[in-house]
Amino acid sequence: MPEPPPSDLETIVDDTADSGFFASGEEIQTAAVEAEPPRRRRGLGIGAWLAIGWLLLVVGGGTLGELGALPIADPTDVIHLHTPCPRVQGRTSCLINRLGPFAERGTAHGHLLGGDSIGRDMLSRLVYGGFNSMLVATLAIGLGFVVGGALGLLAGYFGGRVDSLLSGVFNVLLSIPAILLALSLAAFLKGQQSVTGGKVQSGFFQDPKVIVILAIGVVSIPLLARITRASALSWSQREFVLAARAQGAKPLRIMWKEVLPNVLPAMLSIALLGVAVAVVAEGSLAILGAGLDPTTASWGNIIAQGRGDLESAPHIVFEPSIMIFLTVLALNFLGDVIRARGDVREAGI
Amino acid sequence: MSVTHEFAEAPYEGPLLEVDDLRTSFDTQGGAVRSVDGVSFTLERGKTLGIVGESGSGKTVLSRSIMNLLPKRGTTRRGSVRFEGNEIVGLSDAEMRKFWGAQMAMVFQDPMTSLNPVMKIGNQLKESIREHLDVTKEYAGELAESLLASVRIPEPRQRLEEYPHQLSGGMRQRVCIAIALACGPKLLFADEPTTALDVTVQAQVLDLMRQQQDERFMAMVLITHDLGVVAGRTDNIAVMYAGRIVEQAPTDVLFRDMKMPYTEALLSSIPKLNERSHTKLNVIPGRPPDLINPPPGCKFAPRCTYVQERCLEEEPPLRAAPTPGHRFRCWFPVGTPEGADALARNRARGGAPEPSVGAGASVGTAAAQGASS
Repeated sequence: MPEPPPSDLETIVDDTADSGFFASGEEIQTAAVEAEPPRRRRGLGIGAWLAIGWLLLVVGGGTLGELGALPIADPTDVIHLHTPCPRVQGRTSCLINRLGPFAERGTAHGHLLGGDSIGRDMLSRLVYGGFNSMLVATLAIGLGFVVGGALGLLAGYFGGRVDSLLSGVFNVLLSIPAILLALSLAAFLKGQQSVTGGKVQSGFFQDPKVIVILAIGVVSIPLLARITRASALSWSQREFVLAARAQGAKPLRIMWKEVLPNVLPAMLSIALLGVAVAVVAEGSLAILGAGLDPTTASWGNIIAQGRGDLESAPHIVFEPSIMIFLTVLALNFLGDVIRARGDVREAGI
Repeated sequence: MSVTHEFAEAPYEGPLLEVDDLRTSFDTQGGAVRSVDGVSFTLERGKTLGIVGESGSGKTVLSRSIMNLLPKRGTTRRGSVRFEGNEIVGLSDAEMRKFWGAQMAMVFQDPMTSLNPVMKIGNQLKESIREHLDVTKEYAGELAESLLASVRIPEPRQRLEEYPHQLSGGMRQRVCIAIALACGPKLLFADEPTTALDVTVQAQVLDLMRQQQDERFMAMVLITHDLGVVAGRTDNIAVMYAGRIVEQAPTDVLFRDMKMPYTEALLSSIPKLNERSHTKLNVIPGRPPDLINPPPGCKFAPRCTYVQERCLEEEPPLRAAPTPGHRFRCWFPVGTPEGADALARNRARGGAPEPSVGAGASVGTAAAQGASS
């Protein structure tokens, strides 16, 4: 009896319909193939590796740049070209400002991605900006992950009054538009600038990075807490939690050892999506003027400062936008992969 | 209530577990569901008590109620549970932790869900060990290995590094037993420990529990709906119905001389090997009564073949049979002249009185609502 190719389920089904006598046997085989649980893939898949590669490139490049190990320009230096300077509107300009791949005035030689509005090297700013953007986004979500995760775990495990109280707080925070909340937090933390002197009157934190991290982090707390709570709630009902209790385990230990490891895949996948959102949020805050210090390179800042030249030098906005796009894509993709793997593991039990 | 844990230091001569008029109810929107309603029994060291009853008779709630494992919210627990003379009703979780695992432990019904899917077997064992015993990690590991060996798991050292999903159902239940035994409890609750298992491994697991019990001189409460499971493995049996004990006797006495029609009905609903194939199974008509508003009189009356007017009006007390240790709750017991009369009267009338069967059916629906809420 010719063995149908086992890889193709369709073929087996078709063959089964045709062959009369052996049909029942093959039907069993088909059923066995169908009943087999989805096999756990050994590798991550090419997409996930590409995503990881891109993120490593962004983070690694930025780190090397911060360490001064990259042969690129300083992101704060205004670059003068050594070649004969082009004439612009009757004036000679030796700066590389607004020169770039799509710019009206053409490209700047030796500066692959051109220069920004005041003549700083775009490549350098993108590399350093990537580091800052990722740093801010990761630390902000890290804050949300730890605080939101802990609160969500408490709410989900204990339930009852603890849950009502914490969920109430999460819901109130979630009901405020996120960008508005982040904006007011940033403004509040920065302290008020007096109209007359421009002097900082009161401010808890001086470093704008810390302010942006806190602003985005606080906004992300209820999101992560809600996800953690929902997942912890269902895992806490499982019998192994009761079994651990019947063995005399303390609540904190049960939460840490029994519930958290099961909740972690869901938390991680949401946190990766959260980092993606935070990268964009940093950009939004920058455009609204509540972002990092204007001299600090970050993707958000580059877009914020380049948007005035969108017509004549669109590359200033496009380049960081593409960086954000690819990074968010990579993070979302990785988040999905983590969630899918978590699901498979759960389904396989 | 004034008896505290300090008394445990002195050797206690009385029974290991004394349950006296334990009542547990859950608050629901429809009212309080009285899942355990005045249960009393004592259990001596090293002995086995079988608790038998159909689904919803309060077996599981009783065991969790004794161990104080039920959620605090919406649960009312009254009566007295004394473990080695110490009252444990009303203790907080923190106080109960001295008992949980170290003094009393529980094996759950489904080994698929009572093990943490993302924790290695070894770590789950070591968690329990290190919770109660002040030992090093290495020693806990050795102890875990010897525990797995004692529940007859082959290659215990390798199993320590495996996850629950890598083991079969029977193996997982053995692991659960090993975890429960980890800290040498004096009392083990086994809540339908073999219900989720393949029939071929049921006997193995039960024999293993019996053997471990003998080795450790541990008392056991074996909860099951299967009289066959408790038949050869218990010293005493308590039959539960609607949250009460309706018959209680030493195992041999119960099977030889049962008094309660419910016990008889349970036993007759077990299929027998010597019957012809396709013999219709005996069923007990109706469903357990509504536990929110239980009917007056005997709770089993609506489904009973011996039922008389008196049963529907007046609840029989748990009274003593001539045999010592045998108690039952019936006005017209099986195997007595009164019972035979009652049965003959009902047969003459053509089965049980019609209204009572109808009541049984309507009560059944109410019970289903009560159970679902």
